[in-house]
Amino acid sequence: MTAVTDILNALALLSNFVLVPGLAYGSQLALGALGVTMVYAVLRFSNFAHGETMSFGAMITILVTWWLQGKGVNFGPLPTALLALPIGIIGTVLMCLLFDRFIYRYYRRQKAAPVTYLIVSVGILFILSGVVRFVIGPQDRMFADGERFILKARAFKEMTGLDQGLAIKTSQGVTVVTAVIIVALLFWFLNRTRTGKSMRAYSDNEDLALLSGISPARVVAITWIITGALAAVAGTLYGLDKGYKPFTYLGLVLPIFASAIVGGVGNPLGAIAGGFVIALSELLLTFAYKRVIAYLTPGDWVPDGLVQLLATDYKLAVSFVILVIVLLVKPTGMFSGKTL
Amino acid sequence: MSMNLRNVLLFAAMGALLVAVGVIQSANVALAILNLCLISAIMTLGVNIQWGYAGLFNAGVMGFAALGGLAAVVVSFPAVPQAWAVGGPRAMLGLATGVCAIALAIVAWKRMPGSRRLRGWAAAGVALAGIAVMRLVIDPAVEAIEAVEPAKTGFLGGLGLPIVLSWVVGGALAALAAWAIGKIALGLRSDYLAIATLGISEIIIYFLKNEEWMARGVKNVNGLPRPVPYEIDLQQTLWVQDLAARLDFNVIELSSIIVKLCYAGLFVVALAVIFWLSERALKSPWGRMMRAIRDNETAASAMGKDVTWRHLQVFVLGSAVIGLAGAMLTTLDGIFTPTSYQPLRFTFLIWVMVIVGGSGNNLGSILGGFVIWFFWIEAEPIGLTLIEFLTSGMAQDSALRLHLIENAAHTRLATMGVVLLLVLRFSPRGLIPEREK
Amino acid sequence: MGFLSGESMFGGYGGADILQGCSIGVNKGEIAVVVGPNGAGKSTAMKAMFGMLTLREGSVELDGREISDFPPQERVTLGMGFVPQNANVFTSMTVQENLEMGAFIRRDDFSTTMEQVFSLFPVLAEKRTQAAGELSGGQRQQVAVGRALMTQPTVLMLDEPTAGVSPIVMDELFDRVIEIAKTGIAILMVEQNARQALEIADRGFVLVQGQNRYTDTGAALLADPEVRKAFLGG
Repeated sequence: MTAVTDILNALALLSNFVLVPGLAYGSQLALGALGVTMVYAVLRFSNFAHGETMSFGAMITILVTWWLQGKGVNFGPLPTALLALPIGIIGTVLMCLLFDRFIYRYYRRQKAAPVTYLIVSVGILFILSGVVRFVIGPQDRMFADGERFILKARAFKEMTGLDQGLAIKTSQGVTVVTAVIIVALLFWFLNRTRTGKSMRAYSDNEDLALLSGISPARVVAITWIITGALAAVAGTLYGLDKGYKPFTYLGLVLPIFASAIVGGVGNPLGAIAGGFVIALSELLLTFAYKRVIAYLTPGDWVPDGLVQLLATDYKLAVSFVILVIVLLVKPTGMFSGKTL
Repeated sequence: MSMNLRNVLLFAAMGALLVAVGVIQSANVALAILNLCLISAIMTLGVNIQWGYAGLFNAGVMGFAALGGLAAVVVSFPAVPQAWAVGGPRAMLGLATGVCAIALAIVAWKRMPGSRRLRGWAAAGVALAGIAVMRLVIDPAVEAIEAVEPAKTGFLGGLGLPIVLSWVVGGALAALAAWAIGKIALGLRSDYLAIATLGISEIIIYFLKNEEWMARGVKNVNGLPRPVPYEIDLQQTLWVQDLAARLDFNVIELSSIIVKLCYAGLFVVALAVIFWLSERALKSPWGRMMRAIRDNETAASAMGKDVTWRHLQVFVLGSAVIGLAGAMLTTLDGIFTPTSYQPLRFTFLIWVMVIVGGSGNNLGSILGGFVIWFFWIEAEPIGLTLIEFLTSGMAQDSALRLHLIENAAHTRLATMGVVLLLVLRFSPRGLIPEREK
Repeated sequence: MGFLSGESMFGGYGGADILQGCSIGVNKGEIAVVVGPNGAGKSTAMKAMFGMLTLREGSVELDGREISDFPPQERVTLGMGFVPQNANVFTSMTVQENLEMGAFIRRDDFSTTMEQVFSLFPVLAEKRTQAAGELSGGQRQQVAVGRALMTQPTVLMLDEPTAGVSPIVMDELFDRVIEIAKTGIAILMVEQNARQALEIADRGFVLVQGQNRYTDTGAALLADPEVRKAFLGG
């Protein structure tokens, strides 16, 4: 074995267990965090119901997917859920607009304190989690179909001649590609279109936006449309990748808040950076480096322990710790700012 | 209608509901609900001290309740001598190292010369090094302890003291944690405080789930000693058999009712003491100042009140009450299951109780705890009955009907959300509003 | 008493009235300046005329039309522009985006207007892609005025445009204000720097406790020994 193959093996190992899953999970968190950040930047509150909104979007997508599958429709090697996703997005957007019209709008007119909105969002969290469990049940749901892998571990080994395999699941590839498309669209909208700019203006300076004739009702409606769409996409991608289980989405709220806050809440770029920081830290801190070290050290020496900084059980706790540290040390996050 | 009459009526209605359950379902069910109502009421009082008195949004209720549960295990469970022999002192030494590491990191942060950034890195370095040392000390001990009869014990056990003592210890443990958390997090804005406390409470739960040497983690601790007699013993006693015969009751059912009544008696005493203390505090100059700070922090601070210190006091006190309720809950369950601590049930549901009962009013908190717990449990049978009634026109084996019936239990989540939103909208001050100063 | 006029205005933010019957007005192509001691209600009067404060009594007219009940956004569409004293630019947006937002209600092509603003404030053309929050105080005021001009208003209201800028920048800003007035726009301005402002004013209003104490041309007020003694420091 030459030194070069050893290094390549180590890289393949890291890619397989850290980089690839990290990119997929990071994209899911980033999309979730973008939703939280949009609501924060325009409506100025922390939306505790965002995880359940994602769950709701995923649920509708799953129901439509089943219906399509029942009709014998499929999307070739890609998951059928992608065909159902537009309906999931529409459903989630309608739900968000409905809740805004009948619940949030009242508090906006009252000029309620942010903490009141927070409590209201807890109420919506309860309603959504009840509705989701009532409609689809609390069980695990697998709805991914099509080709399971883009790249299989064995194919990679044959291709490269390395000992170490590298597998890329279709759901991971789909996640990253979809996230890139959605983020590109969002940034184009915010920075290039008149409506997008008016949202940024409103988020920057509400009073001046009013003086410029920007309609708050319109900005709020568009914010919910974008938030609902982002939530449906993020929820579906997460479900495709890890299996859908209503229960897990409440647990996602904290990593999502962590991503948004680490990046700088209210800042879309920050939300994306934060998503990847959280995802990669979770994986890097709980990865067992034993075999990587074995590849990188000369000879047949293998470390005794797993060489793991934290037990895998603590994976999710990593994001909570990062969240708490950021809140305490630099609450404004990496990219300061409360505006879009 | 005078305020007092209204309150009496509200509580009477609540009592009537419980009696109705006793008649329609069974006395056992009603008493089981009552006991958890009592515990919920205490937890709600704790949150009300923080939110109602001082406007602090603590979303970490779950964590403090779990610490109370831990206290119940540590106080009441008999020690496991073998585990102590193989690793007890070393584990304690490890814990002490951890505490020292944190203390040193704080000293480094506070006392070292140099810029903020430099001190930050120094503190982080000290903390990391300390954790590494702690792991070196504690890891072998943990391994040894967890290897002692893993199926039965595998942890250090506790002190073997009466479990009622753990209520005080649980309160103290939660207070200690609250002090540390409050020290670092109380300066944050309301929604950041909520997120931070939610995050910290998740960390506490993770810790309890994974540190098996302490309280068996996800393997749970079963069979905690009780402060009240066991059903099986009661069934053997003559007076119970006699009473059962005279009341024409099943002996087994009667023994279960007696046990629940004993718990209820203990809980009522605890609730009464805490309610009395809370009322005293609220009406004292301290309570008035707290509310003044809540209503206008800037003005209070300008008048020379040390707002951060006051907030810390109230945060610690409220958390202690939550910890106490947490210990009571584990006492009632007789089992400590870290996985059962879910934010929906332990943080957000308690918040619904506070808001619905009436923020800032202790009586309201008690009522909120009762009403919400009652419907949390009873929404399921009520929902089921409702759905069975609504779908009675459908075919018995209709897929939709079966699906609806199967998932009827989940309507309670949605019900809680709807109740919270309705109260916030149409009666934002709750069932029993705060009294004007 | 003018193209834009507020007559015998009474009102405040709940509690006691801050405006106690003052009247203010300006004609097209004129500069009208409101001066007075702190707490005299100068800014409140401006807000009242722009609809950011409900009047308890009195009226506001624009071009002979009663607009007292119109919300601020509607007054913008009627041709009124307002530059608040604080937070008057979108700090996170570029200079050009600030101007685009100023023209938000316009559906036609506003590039000529933007060129006009850039020729009025050449430094903004240089910094068009820079975030407004990164500019100096004087440049920010130019962005703020430029933003308000983007709707091609017939009336421009400025609330203390020179607050916190150096005397040189202040002179330059006043020169620009004169230029804007020459294009036929009515300018109503509240100023802390009373002497310099009255020098460029066609009309001056000295407010004290929500009432008109002196009303005259700028030059006349400057020449009035009582005004000089009480409000212009001798």
